[in-house]
Amino acid sequence: MSGPSTYEPKTALERWLDQRLPILRFNAELMDFPTPKNLNYWWTFGAILAFCLITQIATGVVLAMHYNASAGGAFNSVEHIMRDVNYGWLIRYIHANGASMFFLAVYIHTFRGIYYGSFKAPREVLWLIGCLIYLTMMATAFMGYVLPWGQMSFWGAKVITNLFSAIPLVGPAITTWLWGGFAVDAPTLNRFYSLHYLLPFVIAGLVGLHIWALHVPGNSNPVGVNVKSKSDTVPFHPYYTVKDGFAISVFVILFAVFVFYMPEALGHSDNYIPANPIVTPPHIVPEWYFLPYYAILRAIPNKLMGVAALGGAIACIFALPWLDTSKVRSMRYRPQAKIYFVFFVLACLVLGVCGAHEVDDQIISGLAGFPLGDANINSYVWLSRIGALYYFIYFLVITPMLGLRETPLPVPESISTPVLSHPAAAPAGATAAPEKKG
Amino acid sequence: MTRKFLALSAFLGLLVAGPALAASSQAPLKHVQWSFSGPFGSYDQAQLQRGFKVYREVCSQCHALNLVSFHDLGQPGGPFWDPKYPNPNDNPYVKAIAADYKVADIDPDTGENMQRAATSADHPPAPYANDTAAKATLGGAPPDMSLLVKAREGGPDYVYSLVTGYAPAPQGLVVPPGKYYNPYMLSDLASSWKGTGPAPVGGIIAMPPPLTAGKVSFDDGAPSTLDQEAKDVAAFLTWASDPKMDQRKQTGLAVLVYLAIFSGLLYASYRRIWRNVAH
Ligand code: HEC
Ligand code: HEM
Repeated sequence: MSGPSTYEPKTALERWLDQRLPILRFNAELMDFPTPKNLNYWWTFGAILAFCLITQIATGVVLAMHYNASAGGAFNSVEHIMRDVNYGWLIRYIHANGASMFFLAVYIHTFRGIYYGSFKAPREVLWLIGCLIYLTMMATAFMGYVLPWGQMSFWGAKVITNLFSAIPLVGPAITTWLWGGFAVDAPTLNRFYSLHYLLPFVIAGLVGLHIWALHVPGNSNPVGVNVKSKSDTVPFHPYYTVKDGFAISVFVILFAVFVFYMPEALGHSDNYIPANPIVTPPHIVPEWYFLPYYAILRAIPNKLMGVAALGGAIACIFALPWLDTSKVRSMRYRPQAKIYFVFFVLACLVLGVCGAHEVDDQIISGLAGFPLGDANINSYVWLSRIGALYYFIYFLVITPMLGLRETPLPVPESISTPVLSHPAAAPAGATAAPEKKG
Repeated sequence: MTRKFLALSAFLGLLVAGPALAASSQAPLKHVQWSFSGPFGSYDQAQLQRGFKVYREVCSQCHALNLVSFHDLGQPGGPFWDPKYPNPNDNPYVKAIAADYKVADIDPDTGENMQRAATSADHPPAPYANDTAAKATLGGAPPDMSLLVKAREGGPDYVYSLVTGYAPAPQGLVVPPGKYYNPYMLSDLASSWKGTGPAPVGGIIAMPPPLTAGKVSFDDGAPSTLDQEAKDVAAFLTWASDPKMDQRKQTGLAVLVYLAIFSGLLYASYRRIWRNVAH
């Protein structure tokens, strides 16, 4: 895909194949791909994500062999998997916790992209495809969570699909169309199952495009300057296969701790109650990875505006390459941007905490506070508003303005410069990185 | 510094953003030291047997156990698991328990409804035909017990606290006839509260206090106290919700040891492969 190929077919069979389907050449090029030698561990999350996708598909296909997508049978078929299928509990717990691990990885991967400016020219298309993958993941996970047909599945589906009804004019029609009827019911479950099976393969296709778009400009890197010479890079294999492999293995340790020792920690106990359309659970909460958006949605009392804010929050991520005006890629050399970025990550975490609470819950219990507008100041709704405000200001005001006004630190000449003078003359931030000691 | 902070906050985010904090009120649960708590904990078989007896003699009058069949009782980790009978269908306890029950079936000759002796593949027959029938008699529908522990925040501690926690209703709480006040039942009592001050914690439950001291006598000499009965039945119900827990934790240990070694080897390879690259 880039540069002249160094692949030499070695046997007669390889030569024969090379002239018909150069798949081995293709693979050799992937393996030889020149990769900046200064990538740190934040760059291993791409490989970790690929691992997550493969894991979800492999376990999902086995679950699908035993799962019964009917309103009457879904709940019990999942329990049949848990109790009677050989290692069914393992497969289901890997799948259910795997979704969380997938999101953990995609969030780290995305924050990495924001911090190091990986979305900047010439990688805008790469960034957009990544955003599409994230969007498709959200749809897939949302529909997957409906499949066990517990109380939270059912009511989560109802709350989320109802959001579409806020759209003027066509909203109610869209909702009916999503439901396949006039309520969340058996047809909804069936179509969600069909789509839940389909979308991961759409993601796999998008991942192919993502990697293609990556291999045109090549990887960005923590310093953010372009590759200038061959001495700036190493072949992907074995240098990054081994580094990514190590990172995946460590990630799997965390994954295994969840699967084997706290498999329900990220779930909700109400989902072990079979779906019941006439009993509303006291608190309907989405899975943790949707909580920040849920908080943004509920921060705004008007439903349509809430949905618009939710859409806007995702749209901001898509638009980032055009919102950021700074010519410097890596925030390593943008001390002010770094501070705003830390607060951005904090805002996302705070929004996540808000999403897990009822809007009226007190943040500091017992503190009386005082009413401000429609709610008490000591309530999660006000915290969500502050978080959401910062979220949008970060994208729409800080990011565009800062690039025009800040004075960045001097950026090294090339990737090798800070490396060769390492560690004394390396810019702040680089020295603290433990992964650099190797 | 920034990176460490990010790594830490990502991890903390994962921890705090777990299940939502409940807002309807409930007295703080009593915490029991379960044999199955912690990464190395496992079920205590004698306790599961006692718990099954409590279920069978008391709870099964009202609560079904539709996802647990008799042979599950003889699976590894189950109350009657015996390595002599790797196939639980051969287990004499399992067979004897099943033989005590009659289950509904269709007569293969006439097509009429009939009762037949249960086999080890059956589950204990549900006491009520459906929730409506149960509600008509009991004033509330007793939930199926197969997943009760997983379906409640607090799990076994909740079941234990609820069953041992009945208390006289506070002055000013309107409790309808045939219903009971229980401080551990998670709900919002505001609408039943006619007293002064904030409504009390807890809820109103249709289940009469199911256990009292001496209600179930244990064959292994364990005391028939309320505390013992409640702990044992909670342990049994935990097993019913999560019958593969022992197997899961054992497998997990092997997996983690393997992964630790594997990661170590990969790290060593990484250091070796990269040793000549200044980076
Ligand atoms: C006389 C019938 C009866 C017996 C016997 C009985 N229960 Fe119940 N149980 C009920 C009813 C009815 C409910 C539903 C209560 C409600 O929703 O108000 C219930 C509910 C429960 C709940 C769920 C409370 C909640 O959070 O929703 C638990 C736990 C429970 N029972 C445990 C037990 C245990 C353990 C035993 C045996 C020791 C037992 N029950 C025996 C009738 C009974
Ligand atoms: C992007 C990849 C995927 C994600 C993020 C994902 C996510 C999820 C989630 C969150 C659940 C609910 C788990 C639970 O709480 O029980 C679920 C269930 C399920 N998924 Fe997936 N999934 C993915 C891929 C697949 C694939 C490819 C298949 C089929 C080939 C599949 C089949 C199933 C089935 C049958 C269930 C129901 C069983 C159960 O709930 O455990 N999934 N999925």
